[in-house]
Amino acid sequence: MASPFLSNTTISFSSSLSSSHLPRLLPSISFSPIRFKSNPRRILIVRSKIREIFMPALSSTMTEGKIVSWVKSEGDKLSKGESVVVVESDKADMDVETFYDGILAAIVVGEGETAPVGAAIGILAETEDEIAEAKAKAASKSGASTPSAPPPSPAPAATSTLAPPKPAPAPAPAPVAEGPRKTVATPHAKKLAKQHKVDIESVVGTGPYGRITPADIEAAAGIAPSKTNVGPAVVVETTPAAPPKATAAAAAPSSLPPPVPGSTVVPFTTMQAAVSKNMVESLSVPTFRVGYPVTTDALDALYAKVKPKGVTMTALLAKAAAMALAQHPVVNASCKDGKSFTYNSNINIAVAVAINGGLITPVLQDADKLDLYLLSQKWKELVEKARAKQLQPQEYNSGTFTLSNLGMFGVDRFDAILPPGQGAIMAVGASKPTVVADADGFFSVKNKMLVNVTADHRIVYGADLAAFLQTFSKIVENPESLTL
Amino acid sequence: MHSALSSLSFSQATTVPRSNYAFDSHSPAFALSQPVNLRFCGLRREAFGFSSLTQSCSGRVRVSSRGHSKKISASAVGNGTPPKSFDYDLIIIGAGVGGHGAALHAVEKGLKTAIIEGDVVGGTCVNRGCVPSKALLAVSGRMRELQSEHHMKAFGLQVSAAGYDRQGVADHANNLASKIRSNLTNSMKALGVDILTGVGTIVGPQKVKYGKVGFPDNIVTAKDIIIATGSVPFVPKGIEVDGKTVITSDHALKLEFVPDWIAIVGSGYIGLEFSDVYTALGSEVTFIEALDQLMPGFDPEIGKLAQRVLINPRQIDYHTGVFATKITPARDGKPVIIELTDAKTKEPKDTLEVDAALIATGRAPFTNGLGLENINVVTQRGFVPVDERMRVIDANGKLVTHLYCIGDANGKMMLAHAASAQGISVVEQVTGRDHMLNHLSIPAACFTHPEISMVGMTEPQAREKAEKEGFEVSVAKTSFKANTKALAENEGEGLAKLIYRPDNGEILGVHIFGLHAADLIHEASNAIALGTRIQDIKFAVHAHPTLSEVLDELFKSAKVKAPSSSSPVSEPVAV
Repeated sequence: MASPFLSNTTISFSSSLSSSHLPRLLPSISFSPIRFKSNPRRILIVRSKIREIFMPALSSTMTEGKIVSWVKSEGDKLSKGESVVVVESDKADMDVETFYDGILAAIVVGEGETAPVGAAIGILAETEDEIAEAKAKAASKSGASTPSAPPPSPAPAATSTLAPPKPAPAPAPAPVAEGPRKTVATPHAKKLAKQHKVDIESVVGTGPYGRITPADIEAAAGIAPSKTNVGPAVVVETTPAAPPKATAAAAAPSSLPPPVPGSTVVPFTTMQAAVSKNMVESLSVPTFRVGYPVTTDALDALYAKVKPKGVTMTALLAKAAAMALAQHPVVNASCKDGKSFTYNSNINIAVAVAINGGLITPVLQDADKLDLYLLSQKWKELVEKARAKQLQPQEYNSGTFTLSNLGMFGVDRFDAILPPGQGAIMAVGASKPTVVADADGFFSVKNKMLVNVTADHRIVYGADLAAFLQTFSKIVENPESLTL
Repeated sequence: MHSALSSLSFSQATTVPRSNYAFDSHSPAFALSQPVNLRFCGLRREAFGFSSLTQSCSGRVRVSSRGHSKKISASAVGNGTPPKSFDYDLIIIGAGVGGHGAALHAVEKGLKTAIIEGDVVGGTCVNRGCVPSKALLAVSGRMRELQSEHHMKAFGLQVSAAGYDRQGVADHANNLASKIRSNLTNSMKALGVDILTGVGTIVGPQKVKYGKVGFPDNIVTAKDIIIATGSVPFVPKGIEVDGKTVITSDHALKLEFVPDWIAIVGSGYIGLEFSDVYTALGSEVTFIEALDQLMPGFDPEIGKLAQRVLINPRQIDYHTGVFATKITPARDGKPVIIELTDAKTKEPKDTLEVDAALIATGRAPFTNGLGLENINVVTQRGFVPVDERMRVIDANGKLVTHLYCIGDANGKMMLAHAASAQGISVVEQVTGRDHMLNHLSIPAACFTHPEISMVGMTEPQAREKAEKEGFEVSVAKTSFKANTKALAENEGEGLAKLIYRPDNGEILGVHIFGLHAADLIHEASNAIALGTRIQDIKFAVHAHPTLSEVLDELFKSAKVKAPSSSSPVSEPVAV
């Protein structure tokens, strides 16, 4: 009948606090909702015969402790294993014992005060002779007033969880506004701000009446918003459940998406990082888009003819675009400073290519001047170099106009992002047989291709772009000039 | 089984007078009193075929007394009732839980009883208090569990998004209240209690008038009258309640909306329970407490632990030591604005802008219009002054004969089950048995997740009393962490605390914070009510594995110097 309820002595957390204080043999726990395995007592450091009593780390998440009461007073003799002080951690009140015999010479941190883990809270002298010396030491300790967290902090989480310069008593009810500006933040937002060390005064509230919401703090801390389940209540449970993780992440802000279970994080390659940077930069340019249907029957016929000679469709399109640009220099211009046009002397067509999970834009320089065959050859070289990662900088960053073609995938139209430093980019869709009615009302089937140009509206206006497209369309529809 | 039960209760009732001792200093007369009847006879539902009255309110002490009580009532009728000069033997003004408990016991005692109710049967508890709030808390408990991924994972359970339908939750609370209300009404009707509809007013000694607005008043007479008019939410001045964004518990229980951010003024039972509901439904909560500490009514150690579990990890912040001196409802595109004033310096301290404010600053007696002036009774802050036997005291400090006041209206202990116990005590007195209720044996509970419960004194109260009277106080504690059942439920967070006298083993107070604490307290409250000492109760057996072993261990860990008496358990019991 070894039923567990008979063997209650080993697991019972009961202790009798009778006024006839019985000596304690075990680390007496006045109350403990958590069970800790490690020894809660921590009194260390031998320097002469005067020892400091440190704020112990009573739990893995504890960063500061509040002195509930000193069991012993200054001048009391202590023997090893005796309770000296009761400390309140984030989880429980615990009695802390001494490892050494001696005399409690001085109390550095008084009852009700708070000290970070590892800070000296009292001084232990070995003999009465050393009390004076110990007191002097204590005076210097408390003279330094703010017990700024000293290095020997044994808790692993000690460095991150706590807002550093604030050894305020644990239940600090101090609300928000102390400055002139009234900041309103919700209780959860305040908790998150403390946790992620976000200065709440620096956050702009987007909630009702301009209040700071938990989402605002998360945005400021650079973390992805917590997943929405029912409502904010879900968040309640996740954050405190894993404080060590959360705080570790807080130390490295801006890089913490609370990962969807099973997801993996792969850092950007250099190329991908460059793409990312460029794409973000592009957001500062006011762009607009104009689309144009181009009939490609003639171009297709030409392509069929020249293909055996090594001419690619890319080269054909680049050549056509370059020839159109020659007539519309403004589309080949760029706006460097927001105040002027920079007309480029060369027409350099950058062509976007996907390579090994990256994206690069090899440049066909002077595309308007080179003939189709040279252009095709040049293009082949560039692509090989790109695959081998041997492109020289001017071979991929000297473009004045970009061409992006997704037609080979069957895409009929798409919208390209204008790369920084250029005036326009052309997105080319697939050429497809389409029923068209001519001016006389006769139906026929023609191959039509949609091109869509994104341009910087600071320099290229709608009419410019439309005119350019019309030219481009004419060149494509009468492609003989391409071979000249 | 029934015979065993009744004979057990009978033997307890008879053994008590033998051990003659005082419960506490507040009732010195108690020790002198004659044999005490400790059987609190509640509803005798078996006899009348009602089955679902169990939730009517928390913690009513019910020991069914069967055959022999009928004999008592028969004799009471024969001796006590004067000739038919009155319409009724007993009139109760107010059909809340207190009035209901008194009425049922009166009928059992053979009294011709009427109950006057101006509103709905059931009073605050059933319609606007304990009952509907339990429905909301049942929802919040489940939401909390389902939302706690960590908790579910520990069970190996997977739950995708938990959501709720506000109207469905509100309907649950409303349906529960109407069900309990009809149960109460039926139980009284079936017993032959006359339910008189209208507002009752005392027009003179033993005379009450009642009637609805627009109808002629009726005057009825009764040998004894019990005032049981209860209370209404107390709203401090400066606070404008609009019932929409600035609300009391009356409105909150209807759950007409769940605000994103709600301020709760007062961190007592009501405030705490609502914070549990609102945070589970996704609101953020700000407590405003006038005292320096949250949960001022609780044992400090329990309060501290409760704060660690119920406040700190939730979306709750708080302002202590401040009064909400002005609260303006949301209007004209502005949120609810709360002006805070420092409780000590009376200086304006801060202003809060929230979506809603719940006023949970306590309850005020509902005694206006009772006609107390007709019998020269002056209320004190609205409360009807009474002595320790619930007899009403007039302006000259004299007892008003045949007039009693029970429940919230007298302010002794504002709990539904206390009102009911007081009513039963009064009925005992008017049927010829002196009886005085030991208020220290009345348990109280707060139905948060986990629950908090208590009976008797807090540790500071006990220590203060011990200092005055020169006895020793000891404290024993057990953790739910050591309880098999609690661990099986993954609910090891909790503490039970026993405050006792080591010299004689008297239980001074028991405080529990943990899973089902509200149900666990009764072992302790019954022990206090029956005068059972620790050295005796520690031999009682508890089923394993149950949460009740938390108390078992608690009693066993107490260090009592007195030897155990011949315990009631060892006495032969007829089976």
